[in-house]
Amino acid sequence: MAEATTGKMVTSTRRGLSESWFAWVMIAPAMIFIGVIVAWPLLETIRLSFTDADLGSENWVGTANYEKLFASAKFMDVISRTFLWMVLSVSLKLIVGLIGATLLNAAVPGRALFRALIMPPWVIPIAIGCIGWLWLYNGHFGFVSGMAQRFGLIDGPMEFLAYKNSAFISAIVTDVWVGTPMVSLFFLAAMQGVSRDLYEAAWVDGAGRWYRFRRITIPQIMPVIVSMSLLSAIWTFNSFDIIYILTQGGPRGGTTTLIIDTYKTAIGNFKFGEGAARAVVIVVLLSIFSLLYLNVLNRVNKHYGVK
Amino acid sequence: MLMDRYTLLQKIGIYAGIALFMTFILLPFVEMFRTSLSPMSHLFHEPYEMWSDKFSFDAYSAMWVKVPLLGRYIVNSIFVATAVTAITMVFVVPAAYAYARLEFPFKSISLGIFLAVNMFTGAVLLIPLYRVMRTLGLLNTYWAMIIPGVAFLIPTGIWLLRGYLEKIPRELEEAAYVDGASRIYTLRRVVLPLAVPGLIVVGVSVFIGAYAQQYLFAVTFNQVPELQPLPAGLNQFIGYQTVEWNQMMAAALTGVLPVMVVFLFLQKYLVAGLTAGAVKE
Repeated sequence: MAEATTGKMVTSTRRGLSESWFAWVMIAPAMIFIGVIVAWPLLETIRLSFTDADLGSENWVGTANYEKLFASAKFMDVISRTFLWMVLSVSLKLIVGLIGATLLNAAVPGRALFRALIMPPWVIPIAIGCIGWLWLYNGHFGFVSGMAQRFGLIDGPMEFLAYKNSAFISAIVTDVWVGTPMVSLFFLAAMQGVSRDLYEAAWVDGAGRWYRFRRITIPQIMPVIVSMSLLSAIWTFNSFDIIYILTQGGPRGGTTTLIIDTYKTAIGNFKFGEGAARAVVIVVLLSIFSLLYLNVLNRVNKHYGVK
Repeated sequence: MLMDRYTLLQKIGIYAGIALFMTFILLPFVEMFRTSLSPMSHLFHEPYEMWSDKFSFDAYSAMWVKVPLLGRYIVNSIFVATAVTAITMVFVVPAAYAYARLEFPFKSISLGIFLAVNMFTGAVLLIPLYRVMRTLGLLNTYWAMIIPGVAFLIPTGIWLLRGYLEKIPRELEEAAYVDGASRIYTLRRVVLPLAVPGLIVVGVSVFIGAYAQQYLFAVTFNQVPELQPLPAGLNQFIGYQTVEWNQMMAAALTGVLPVMVVFLFLQKYLVAGLTAGAVKE
């Protein structure tokens, strides 16, 4: 005890002056890099959103871009569609991911193999998986349409990506497919971190499986569930590759989320100013959402006694 | 253990559930593989017929003619992801160490700023990012795909690695420090060797991010066919009037094979590692 105290004293006196400086030297490279590649472009995006910048010219237009956006019913549709996309896709990822993790956590032979086999959708480039799904959804020759016809669910060929609702659902299914493995693996990792003593104590007291799952597993991994759902929500909100490759936001805007709308306005139609205004809307919406969520996260952590 | 024992019925239920889950995850790959083996005449035939007696590996040789740069795409993808991972780690290691071990002003605020970067994806910042790349003269080079990739992966890297470093007992460091070792020496010779498992897990996670998400920057910042990574290279063949689906699938599967094989070996390590680092908070 005495030794530890002396050791600490020596280090702390020697650290005293330079610790802050040393820390900042260690952090500075990463900070500067992010400053140039993320922070500066962000400020520039905010500035551009008050201009009518396109390929040739750039004039200050004040809040005209924003006024145009919020007067547009179409844009309001895009916003609500984006939240619908996020809520549906994230809840499915969490539910399927939780069920998957629970199954893979069961003490049955072969689980190591199954754990390895769920990784591919997460590990391969998203755009490559989408090539596969594009073909699966093909109306005349694809697997989904073929099977649905065989089982009598649809009468004839059905182009899933050609109708607003079916295209939206198809894109969600693909997004869930891409996102579930990672969610599953994180939940699984959390479940394995739960102390066995808790289960054994409950088991001795005669608690059944369902009870142990509900009263031990879920509360113990709750912090991971909550932080995973925040990350997943942000990524899903900004999910670009899947929608862009499957439908380019179509048909007739049926799968256009905010990020697709922003990309098409700015990069597709070279309306940099209007695109930037959309980008700022995304950042503001996500900031508000994240702050609300972090609030929940803190309360959950407190409730379950984590730090 | 007795507690873990399942009745026959429960076992059947668990395996049925796993089978259903696995079908969802693996079905696209099975279908991609089946497609790659089928001749086009079979694929463009109604009604849908799963089995063909003309299955062959012909598409796997024809694809090299149809997609002449396929080899380049595969190498580019791995090269870009590896470069992103290496550079990201150079930025991440010192910063993660500072957050795990040192006390300094604005510690939590600056960490919050890093984490807030997660809210922006490249797609939000493309316009000014394009200008930054043009100003630096990096458009149509590998750097145009590497640099933005690094920036968006640094925050997650710091967060994950910090979790690991906090778990390494302080005593060893303190001992080295008391013996008069400098901070840098302590970091290099004491902390990093102990952190190797964590470094690998964080490195692998960063690699996955860099490998899985290189499409957007490639199609926006690069027009040179020889530099395109796999996803951008292959997707330019999709959307033509007639897509040679069997060759596309063969090329896609061949393209991801090298990385997949590596991951199947690494996965055990990765799952175990995620537990240690990420779960903490």
